[in-house]
Amino acid sequence: MYLDLIRIRFLMMLAYRVNYYSGIVIYAVNIGAYYFFWHAIYGNQEAIRGFTLAQMTTYVAVSWMARAFYFNNLDREIANEVRDGSVAIQFVRPYNYLLVKLFQGFGEGLFRLLLFMTPGLVVVCLIFPIELPRDPAVWLLYLAMLAFSFLINSELNLLTGMGAFYIENVDGLIRMKRVVVDLFSGLFVPIALFPGWLAVLSEWLPFQAIAYLPSAVFTGRSSGDEALVAIGLQAVWAVLLIVPIMLMWRAARKRLFVQGG
Amino acid sequence: MQPAIEVHELRKTFKVQRNREGLAGALRDLFRREYVEVAAVKDISFTIPQGEICGYIGENGAGKSTTIKMLAGILVPTSGTVRVAGYVPWRERERFVRHIGVVFGQRSQLWWDIGVIESFQLLRKVYRVPMADYKRRLDELVERLQLGDLLNRPVRKLSLGQRMRCELVASLLHNPSILFLDEPTIGLDIVVKTEIREFLIQLNREHGTTILLTTHDLQDIEALCSRVIMLDDGRIIYDGGLDELKARWSRGREIRLQFGEQVSLERLEQLTADLPGARWQAGEDMTAVLKVPSAVSLSDALARVVGSGVDIRDIKFMETSTDEIVREIYKSGSASGAERLVGTT
Repeated sequence: MYLDLIRIRFLMMLAYRVNYYSGIVIYAVNIGAYYFFWHAIYGNQEAIRGFTLAQMTTYVAVSWMARAFYFNNLDREIANEVRDGSVAIQFVRPYNYLLVKLFQGFGEGLFRLLLFMTPGLVVVCLIFPIELPRDPAVWLLYLAMLAFSFLINSELNLLTGMGAFYIENVDGLIRMKRVVVDLFSGLFVPIALFPGWLAVLSEWLPFQAIAYLPSAVFTGRSSGDEALVAIGLQAVWAVLLIVPIMLMWRAARKRLFVQGG
Repeated sequence: MQPAIEVHELRKTFKVQRNREGLAGALRDLFRREYVEVAAVKDISFTIPQGEICGYIGENGAGKSTTIKMLAGILVPTSGTVRVAGYVPWRERERFVRHIGVVFGQRSQLWWDIGVIESFQLLRKVYRVPMADYKRRLDELVERLQLGDLLNRPVRKLSLGQRMRCELVASLLHNPSILFLDEPTIGLDIVVKTEIREFLIQLNREHGTTILLTTHDLQDIEALCSRVIMLDDGRIIYDGGLDELKARWSRGREIRLQFGEQVSLERLEQLTADLPGARWQAGEDMTAVLKVPSAVSLSDALARVVGSGVDIRDIKFMETSTDEIVREIYKSGSASGAERLVGTT
């Protein structure tokens, strides 16, 4: 059944192709902008804190491409369903609402992985000087880490979305979460370049597990044992986050108040 | 045989935010919110046996939808007990909902962007209905509700009537023993309404499906329900047969007469002086209305008037409609009316 939810979401995404095309443009512009930005910063320098320009370019491109996969709007979807009351329909079905949302997000992610990220990466490789790892083991490890990225990001989205059970308008919360995730996940700037205290803080937050850790492995910054520690850390966060989700869900069930009679 | 629905002392309260007035109030709200507890359903109890069609009526905000949502496992009750099809709905929700079907007139349970048949197939998987059962059931429902040519259209391109018929199919694919309908005929034209009513009666007769429906359209009740539960301000003010409700609350019948000449009210009153409870009311343009209590036979009343030699041009008989009765009950306020009604049933 859950597989069918993925399929249906996939079909729906296909039905709304315009969103998809505009998404490609946005991502291309972002990658281009960051490329020139870093190019200017590096100037004549070979490396900044162990990051070569080529590594940095790869990091930026790969992080954005990964974002295409793990990013989803589950928080907004949940908030909307709670607000307009259609969440009631979800509760008369014999399935777990959150799990359904997760799989819908996965359908969306898969769509973007296949029709967006893969062709996007090819195009980006042609335009910018990007170093891809040659070791197939790194590729495999990266794919596994990408799955965790999706899981952790979606878990955070579920938590944010469930905020709608508690406060009337969660738009602000959702926007804030998005900025925090983009910054602390190391999407804009690798966490290794953060000033000391901020880097320490980031290492204790779940966000770095979304983008920084997999991208660091992919660009070859973390390898060997370090890479295994990274994926282990992801796994820990993915499991840990289940706890607040369960607690919040249980409380939310009792608070649910269906709008519109 | 256990009853389909058992409700005991069921209560649901909501915390509603109170917004203070003015800018100062809004600023204070930022820091400390005030909440007011509002009880939507106040300790109601009722039992519905299997195979019954029960109408659940009341004004807007009386607590109908809240009750239905608790019975369907969507809302968690504040206190009291609910047992539907042998389950405690909110506690065993995922297993429980396989036994019920729900249609919300104001909300779609179909997927908006995909074809109707795709929605049905997805629901088949959601409810894990075996393919053979699904086929048989779908064929039957499609034929009954004449959906043949709609199945491949996306839901957003259906008319309300078409959509509602599809919603019914969607709620019945897994063959539930209990069906909850929350305003199923809202906004539909009379033809579709009639179709849906006939369909529900047939469903109830052939499959023994228990049906609980809320509605504002009392014709739904008259066509479908043997029993009515009336709610006002979260409390049950009537629970019993429709005929009983009518008999108890009906102010009798009316005979509307059009005369060919001016007839004085005194003269008319003399004619029916020996009939207890008969009252006259003069209308405009040489008309008058004779109110006849249920205890007096209509022919007696009519004989008095017709036999008197008054020039009568037209006679109309009116019965108090359920609409009027219900309006009367709502208007009379819950408290006094409620005691009277509950006390006598």
